Amino acid sequence: MKDGPTAGSARPVLEMRGITKRFPTGTLANDGIDLDVRRGEIHALLGENGAGKTTLMNILYGLLVPDAGEIRIDGAVATIHDPADAIARGIGMVHQHFMLVPVLTVAENVILGQEITRAAQILDLAEAGRRIRALGARLGFDIDPGARVSGLSVGQQQRVEIAKAVYRDVRILVLDEPTAVLTPQETREIFGVLRALRQDGASIVFISHKLDEVLEIADRITVIRRGRVVGSRRPGETSEQELADLMVGRSVSLRVDRGTSHAGAPALEIVGLRANDDRRHETVRGVDVTVRAGEIVGIAGVAGNGQDELIECLVGLRRPTAGAVRLAGRDVTRASVDRRRDVGFAFVPADRHRYGLVLPYTVRDNLVLTRYAERPYVGGLGTFIRQDAAIDEAARRLIAEFDIRTPSERDPVSTLSGGNQQKVIVAREFRQDLKVMVLDQPTRGLDVGSIEFIHRQVIARRDAGVGVLLVSAELDEVLELSDRVLVMHRGRIVGEFAASEAQRDRIGLLMAKGAAA
Amino acid sequence: MDLLAIPRLVFEFAVYLLTVLPDLLPIILALATPLALGALCGVLNERSGVVNIGIEGMMLMSAFFGYLTGFALHQTVGSAVAIWLGIAVAVGVGALLGLLHAWLSVSVRADQIIAGTMMNIAALGVTGYLNRLIITPSGRGGAGVIPPFRIPPELADLPVVGPILAMFLDQGPIAMSVIVFVLVLQFGLFRTRWGLRTRAVGEHPKAADTLGIDVFRQRYLNVILGGALAGLAGAFLTLESTGSFQNGMTGGRGFIALAAMIFGRWTPVGSFLGALLFGTATAFGVVVSVRPAEGDLGVILRSIPTFWYAALPYLLTVVILAGVVGRSVPPAADGVPYAKEGKA
Amino acid sequence: MTRLRAAWRVASIPVYSILLALLVAAVVIIVSSTFTATGFDPLLPLAAYLRLLIGAFGSPSGISNTLVAAAPLMFGGLAVGLGLKAGLFNIGVAGQFLVGAFASAVVGASLAGAPMLVGMPLAVLAGALAGAAYGFIPGFLKARTGAHEVVTTIMLNNAATLLLTWAVNDLVRAPGFTFPRTAAVGESALPVLIGRNLHLGVVLAVVAIFVVRWVLDRTTLGFEIRTVGLNPEAARYAGMRPVFITALTMTLSGLLAGLAGSIQMLGVIGFYAPGITASVGFDSIAVALLGRSDPIGILFAALLFGAFRAGAPLMQIETSVPIEVIDIIQALVILFLAADLIVRRLFRVRAAKPEIAELQTVTKTWGGTTPSTTPGGGD
Repeated sequence: MKDGPTAGSARPVLEMRGITKRFPTGTLANDGIDLDVRRGEIHALLGENGAGKTTLMNILYGLLVPDAGEIRIDGAVATIHDPADAIARGIGMVHQHFMLVPVLTVAENVILGQEITRAAQILDLAEAGRRIRALGARLGFDIDPGARVSGLSVGQQQRVEIAKAVYRDVRILVLDEPTAVLTPQETREIFGVLRALRQDGASIVFISHKLDEVLEIADRITVIRRGRVVGSRRPGETSEQELADLMVGRSVSLRVDRGTSHAGAPALEIVGLRANDDRRHETVRGVDVTVRAGEIVGIAGVAGNGQDELIECLVGLRRPTAGAVRLAGRDVTRASVDRRRDVGFAFVPADRHRYGLVLPYTVRDNLVLTRYAERPYVGGLGTFIRQDAAIDEAARRLIAEFDIRTPSERDPVSTLSGGNQQKVIVAREFRQDLKVMVLDQPTRGLDVGSIEFIHRQVIARRDAGVGVLLVSAELDEVLELSDRVLVMHRGRIVGEFAASEAQRDRIGLLMAKGAAA
Repeated sequence: MDLLAIPRLVFEFAVYLLTVLPDLLPIILALATPLALGALCGVLNERSGVVNIGIEGMMLMSAFFGYLTGFALHQTVGSAVAIWLGIAVAVGVGALLGLLHAWLSVSVRADQIIAGTMMNIAALGVTGYLNRLIITPSGRGGAGVIPPFRIPPELADLPVVGPILAMFLDQGPIAMSVIVFVLVLQFGLFRTRWGLRTRAVGEHPKAADTLGIDVFRQRYLNVILGGALAGLAGAFLTLESTGSFQNGMTGGRGFIALAAMIFGRWTPVGSFLGALLFGTATAFGVVVSVRPAEGDLGVILRSIPTFWYAALPYLLTVVILAGVVGRSVPPAADGVPYAKEGKA
Repeated sequence: MTRLRAAWRVASIPVYSILLALLVAAVVIIVSSTFTATGFDPLLPLAAYLRLLIGAFGSPSGISNTLVAAAPLMFGGLAVGLGLKAGLFNIGVAGQFLVGAFASAVVGASLAGAPMLVGMPLAVLAGALAGAAYGFIPGFLKARTGAHEVVTTIMLNNAATLLLTWAVNDLVRAPGFTFPRTAAVGESALPVLIGRNLHLGVVLAVVAIFVVRWVLDRTTLGFEIRTVGLNPEAARYAGMRPVFITALTMTLSGLLAGLAGSIQMLGVIGFYAPGITASVGFDSIAVALLGRSDPIGILFAALLFGAFRAGAPLMQIETSVPIEVIDIIQALVILFLAADLIVRRLFRVRAAKPEIAELQTVTKTWGGTTPSTTPGGGD
């Protein structure tokens, strides 16, 4: 393979050879991976969730110790025990979940670990601020050193992360799924910053599973599947289809076949809903949405625009300050979680470890968690005594029906894989008598197989006449599944698109600014 | 009673408070000192992400070993030297117990509240055991107390300034040192490298780790320093305030200190104000019996049994916790052990 | 065989912890012996532990003393253990014990002349309800405001001591005594069943063990308590009410602690006077942790600490080793349980580790994370 002039010099800045890492759980996350990164190139690491991309980069950054393999920097073998070693060698990393301290200011976050001090360890925040501003100007973004990080948007926080790396004179910058939570506009801005960094001579490793972005920004692409490198390509020499096939290991259809929807009577009606967050700020500011039986309505929006509070109002975990929620024509605005479930309501939460499951409990207890007090699972003194036989029987039935991979119904749910844990929730929630489903990023962090399974289940329910509301910060999932797309911004619905006319850019602009310019 | 009874009583109460202020002020700081030092210990711990409910035990243990040192040495080296050695031993014991708590909380990743409970029970056991074995049978006394500083009477007799000066200066060295510790820690926590790293480690240890900061080292440092402050609080009880040791003499001060810390929103200055509030509540109970009020107010105040005044700081703690906690936010990683994944 | 092995997997760490604690306490006894009149004595721990054993099990009356001492520890251990199941650390057993004992003493004394079948049950009930009420306060505050129960219960312990002293002095002092105390409970006392002092309360305590076990394992209430303890958010979403469960569990915990005080009052002490021992408070914590919050485990742990308490006086009298050594052993047991890493390394144990996740929840809610910030929309 010959180098083009823009792809940097031939000599690799970074070589990783035969990197192997097995986790205590037995998962072989990296299996003899080789990777070269040259000076001044943007190198994409492409692979689906769980392929081993993040593990490889955590090894490079000293957060994990490999079982085998070596790392060379500028041709010399480098042992990297911890992040301090990595930083000293000019390696920087922007993690998928930002490593920022929310209560500290931008300047404090940037200098943390390499503080600028005067005598007696006293911080010189003024000098730090000057340097950070200068750095922002060089890369082409505005940055306020005195602002508290908790008040910044996701895009701004990402720039702080990049500033942290550049402040430490980064030569190799790793970005882990940097665009996952950004709007298309923010993505374009961050690409500009990355190109400016490349111009400065830095090398960039760009981890992603989004084919179009990888083709747009990368100079070279390395594809990883199940812990192995399965191919290396240049953007000009490949296509989305080829990359997708490489990534998944078989021919995949890139689009879910959604079929057509046959919308019926209103199943879920949200009327003029308003709600406050825990700090008593109004974050849902008058939302009107109607979901009809047999359609999937997607709500797109940047995280933190009131979606969480909206969902909690729908589920019954938060009381709205105004407005109404109706399920199949019945007013449930003030009804309990149980009551809503009786009417035919189901919910799949984004954070399954927080809401969905009790991890130390057995699979069987989790399968009846939301119906623990219903017959036939209780009996005896009214509804006081649990009926083990009935619970076991129901658990075995659901395990078979939803193909949950578990040794038995009495194993702790914590021992199951992420995909199987999510299946436990789906099995519990997707009952026969359902009328409305609310899905909050139902496939976050799952492998392709589980995603397909869950998408098929959702579409099957829709076709059976269930009204589905899908809320997600990941625009791709919303666009793939929804019959109608709504955009939520600062607590309001600011736009509506039919599936056919859905346009990424206009939706992205609405997500970011609340109005199409 | 007429309509104006309540407002009149409130007015009388205010006047009464003003008249007893000269008596009240000088004892407040002394009563607040162990609480303030304990609260500072709590701030150092919790700002770095370690919950410490063993402050009570650390204080008690230090109080005992400080006293024991003075008790053992004052006949050979003289009282003054013995007392200062006792204070040094108390601080050292506190730091050592801090090391134990750090090891349990940071390295072993034990449940921090259970580790703290263990500390409290161990302190009661060890001090009770050695007290019965060594001090009680001897029938001797300890080394006494450090003489407090006295401001000149011309200054103390000044009308308004006098009591205020007395509040801060008519004190022993440990009580006076509290103010220095409060100011130094307040500045240190928010303006120095140590403080920045401490706050980062207490809020988001993983973020600090990815920047090459040693989370364990930072937490160890803070918990040990905190232990030393709790040790100083113990030294205050036996070597500056009472000059004797009784089993369980800390009497819940370590827990009131935690309430002061929460009241002060995990800041040194705020915690100090919280400690002063509790000190005032205790001082009021003392002053009411020494300087009874007159008139209707006096009747009411006297009708409240002394046991109620004694229970006042404890009840106040409960009320303040119930009223303040919901509105003040602890460090995000408080009480969460940090584990580096994938590393042995 | 497999059942035995399964039992050992659960019990091995507590058993090793006790052995280690006794070993370390022996070192303490040897080292401290150098400061006493008798001088350095490397065999002193053996002598002391032997007296402890004889005092606790060496005679019918010793065994009876052990059982009588274990009974309040069973109630107290259940009180702490039940709280831990819901993620609550009730270290206010001492206060709830005193309040329960006081209530039983007052009601018992006022019914001292009534028939036993009237006075005794009412006196026990009074103690239980008083303990429940005193447990409800921190439970309610935790549920409503997030005030952490560890601090509030300790403060309420101190307040209880002072306020009950006042009550005995000013409200219910019995005439004719040189010190403040209540009148004797007379016919309201728990009847002695066997020997000199084995009273009905011991039977009640064992029954309580099995009742609590049944509630936790087999009922919806138990399921709710455990779910709230493990994951309050998931509990809320499952339609449970963590606020209510938190307050209720703390109340039930207080009720059990009140019963501990009640049976001690009606079965052993007979009247309330300031300064009655409340060592049951901290003992109960050790019992619950040693029993891993499991009622059957608590039964055995209570018997062990009951034996310590029953045997300790003989040890102190005959070997001059202070009774406080029991507190040291207790603290060491908790130390080795909390830092079970040491035990695992030393004995190469591969034991089940189920309860760690449960105990972690105790610290999780520190600093005011309320179980729920908004009332779950109950109709």
